[in-house]
Amino acid sequence: MSDDDRGYTFDQARWADDDGYVSLLSEAAPGRAEPGDALPDDLTRDELALPDPAEPTVVRHYTRLSALNYGVDAGPYPLGSCTMKYNPAFLEDVAALPEAAVHPDRPDESVQGVLEIQHRLQRALARIGGMDAVTLQPPAGAAGEFTGIEVTKAYHRANGEGETRSEVLVPSSAHGTNFATAAMAGYEVVELPPGDDGRVDIDALAAAVGPETAALMLTNPNTVGLFERDVVEAAELVHDAGGLLYYDGANLNALLGRARPGDMGFDVMHYNVHKTFATPHGGGGPGAGPVGVVSDLAEFLPTPHVRETDDGYERYGPERSVGKVHGFTGNWLVLLKAYAYVARLGDEGLRDTSATAVLNANYLAEQIGLDVPYGPFHHEFAATAGDRDAADLARAMLDHGVHPPTTKWPEFVHEAMLTEPTEAESRRDLDALAAAFDAAAAADDETVANAPERTAARRIDQVGAAREPRLSWQALGDENAGTGD
Amino acid sequence: MPGDGSPYTAHPPTDRAAMLEAVGAERVEDLFDVPEAVRFDGDLGIEARSERAVRREVRSVLDQNADLVEFLGRGHHAHYVPSVVDHLADRSEFLTSYTQYQPEVTQGFLQALFEYQSMLVELTGLPVANCSLYDAATALGEAALLAARVREASGETVLVPGHVAPGRRAALERYVDGAGLAVATYPMAGGTVDVAALRDVVDDDTLLVYAETPTVRGAVEPALDAVGTAADDADALFCVGSDVLALALLEPPAAAGADVVVGEADALGLGTGFGTGHGLFAAREAFLRQIPGRLVGATEDETGRRAYTLTLQTREQHIRRERATSNVCTNQAWLALRTAIHVATLGAEGMVDLAEDQVRYARDAAARLDDLPGVTAPADDAHHFREFPVRVPGDAARVRDDLRDEGFAVHAVDDDLIQVCVTEETVAGVDDLTAALAEVVS
Repeated sequence: MSDDDRGYTFDQARWADDDGYVSLLSEAAPGRAEPGDALPDDLTRDELALPDPAEPTVVRHYTRLSALNYGVDAGPYPLGSCTMKYNPAFLEDVAALPEAAVHPDRPDESVQGVLEIQHRLQRALARIGGMDAVTLQPPAGAAGEFTGIEVTKAYHRANGEGETRSEVLVPSSAHGTNFATAAMAGYEVVELPPGDDGRVDIDALAAAVGPETAALMLTNPNTVGLFERDVVEAAELVHDAGGLLYYDGANLNALLGRARPGDMGFDVMHYNVHKTFATPHGGGGPGAGPVGVVSDLAEFLPTPHVRETDDGYERYGPERSVGKVHGFTGNWLVLLKAYAYVARLGDEGLRDTSATAVLNANYLAEQIGLDVPYGPFHHEFAATAGDRDAADLARAMLDHGVHPPTTKWPEFVHEAMLTEPTEAESRRDLDALAAAFDAAAAADDETVANAPERTAARRIDQVGAAREPRLSWQALGDENAGTGD
Repeated sequence: MPGDGSPYTAHPPTDRAAMLEAVGAERVEDLFDVPEAVRFDGDLGIEARSERAVRREVRSVLDQNADLVEFLGRGHHAHYVPSVVDHLADRSEFLTSYTQYQPEVTQGFLQALFEYQSMLVELTGLPVANCSLYDAATALGEAALLAARVREASGETVLVPGHVAPGRRAALERYVDGAGLAVATYPMAGGTVDVAALRDVVDDDTLLVYAETPTVRGAVEPALDAVGTAADDADALFCVGSDVLALALLEPPAAAGADVVVGEADALGLGTGFGTGHGLFAAREAFLRQIPGRLVGATEDETGRRAYTLTLQTREQHIRRERATSNVCTNQAWLALRTAIHVATLGAEGMVDLAEDQVRYARDAAARLDDLPGVTAPADDAHHFREFPVRVPGDAARVRDDLRDEGFAVHAVDDDLIQVCVTEETVAGVDDLTAALAEVVS
């Protein structure tokens, strides 16, 4: 097959050697070191066995591994609900400033620079979300959910309703983290079925909400890109019953500068800075998950919080704080990138971001042949693979040089291919993506079954991986050629 | 151009017009299905700046941080990060990828994480390590929740040592609230665990016993196996907190009976980051299916070649939802890559040497400070790794503040105790610190 007209090609296969892999162990002389006399023998290990490669070997090893990896700098990466946008290069330089590298246990007056940036970011995020106060402490989106739900719990406890409000309502379309978070905080999870239009069924919500409701967790636009049109009514239902409204910020990119959770009636929300604010995803993290709240909840935010005083900035413990959700104050080096990104874009840039993200998703959906149920959608859409297996089609797309969408989720869309192109894709990139969708959909069964062929690894034995877990060199034992000495 | 939309959206005006036409919209605003009542038409009041202006601004704000030599540790340690770590980890194939849901095109990151797991297996002595949690404190929280799930342990109290970082304990308390667990303290003696007193505290209600080596005050725990035995005798799990460099030198916690090891993997590969962390988590094989977070496994592709993939994902939130082992999704994968590169660069010899250096730095610095009149260093009976408590005449907070005025940052941990941490980054400043402390306490 030729990808010349698309401009993308993996050809990762040429980087994989004849044996398929080279491990750090087999590249390096296996090293064994014994401790000397710094500590008494009974406190130390007998021996440490780790690879002992020279620096050029280390460089070759990881450079080769990087060639076996696909990032959004290489091409489209339309994983739905993940917001794989362009990560501006200068953000890395900002985070690497030596002035940023200070220890958190320094007294406030010696870290005024850090505290001022944190305070500015708190305020910027509060405005973007329509919230009154923001904590930067949660180190990821799921940690933000946990923080927000713990704040909710503290609020109900303070009102003497800690015991009675035992349920958190979660639509079935929600991210798995919502369910897991509510359970981790000790709540019963009540799942709300989707309505016929893919949105929350307001009647089902009315039936579920009650004196036991602690909170409703909602993602808006939801996980197929649909705006929850009844959000104001939903907020009224929940508030009238004494519950709080939680906003999952995973899809905030769609609404930047155009609609704010606070204006919709949400009381508490998290922001995914590695999604919305372009701090890189880093192969799975680190991210950061700041949490915004309305003024009534500010006294429950984690300790410490940063505020401005006559003399500068200080850290303090909010009056009825939930305590801590991180050993220190979160992923500062990630938050610093988010600050720089927001400062670079400003109002106009943020509004352009949401507009272009939504335009791109709509354009791409229009270009592809697969059916896209529901609508109108915003920054992402769930195409259906129809009578094909969505994961098979995704693998077939790999041979056309693009990363495929999220597959088989959300489950209420048949064989879903949840696609979020983000604002970063050019029209040419979107056309290439559409071509990859269509080529995969048009491919015969045998081609699909054999795909991918041009990637570093072909179809992978997942069942075997789980049935007989081998999670380290040590577990591979003799299989790991080159480990012997 | 700033103020003219985002510099990171890709369309020239002609494309934008053609795309709008293709989707049948006149204006992009028409694509938003947002009810009038909740549309936002106001200003956020955030002014766009050029890249150059943002860099200058951030630098100038951060310049307000005082220029101090940091003798600080207590859960956030600065070791020199070789340039090669930055240059390799910054390759955008790594940096701009996401979780390896599509393993065919993410073999590189998967293999790096597999190798990271392997390094942690060697360092902890436990057979299973995940490929990162947020930090040591949240990893400890996850260890307590794991203990509450497994049949091997019962009880509802997590015992933590008398010396533990307040932030670590506070995060643990928040983590276990939903599971209805309590956190209680057992005493220390001479800087390490008072095993007899621990035995008096441990009972049927003890779910997990947590101990650290080195402790938050830098003490190497000499009786780790006795602590483990005390936990085991009460059918409690035993969790050891440590860090990735100390583990290169100390007896592997598994040898002392650790069921779970948590701690700072960020001690290597990250450097100082105002508390930005990377938590390590390793456990016994029996808990394989109860482990929180991501695991990378080795397997084969259909041609029979070695391949790697995320595995045992039925533990995780995206599959198991409210029955998942944890809500963690985004983790610290890129920091695990950085830690692995740093460990690979050091190699076995380099790891052990660097770890032994930390013992000598602490010992030599303590000896220097101990010569000062009225100063006792270390202020306990233990061997130390990197850091140690120092008894000073007078109020520790005042001594800390006076040292800050001289350009040095140390911890004030108790009425008359400061704490000093020395690594290869700061060892050259020990003479100056000693002179400054002499001045301050005279």
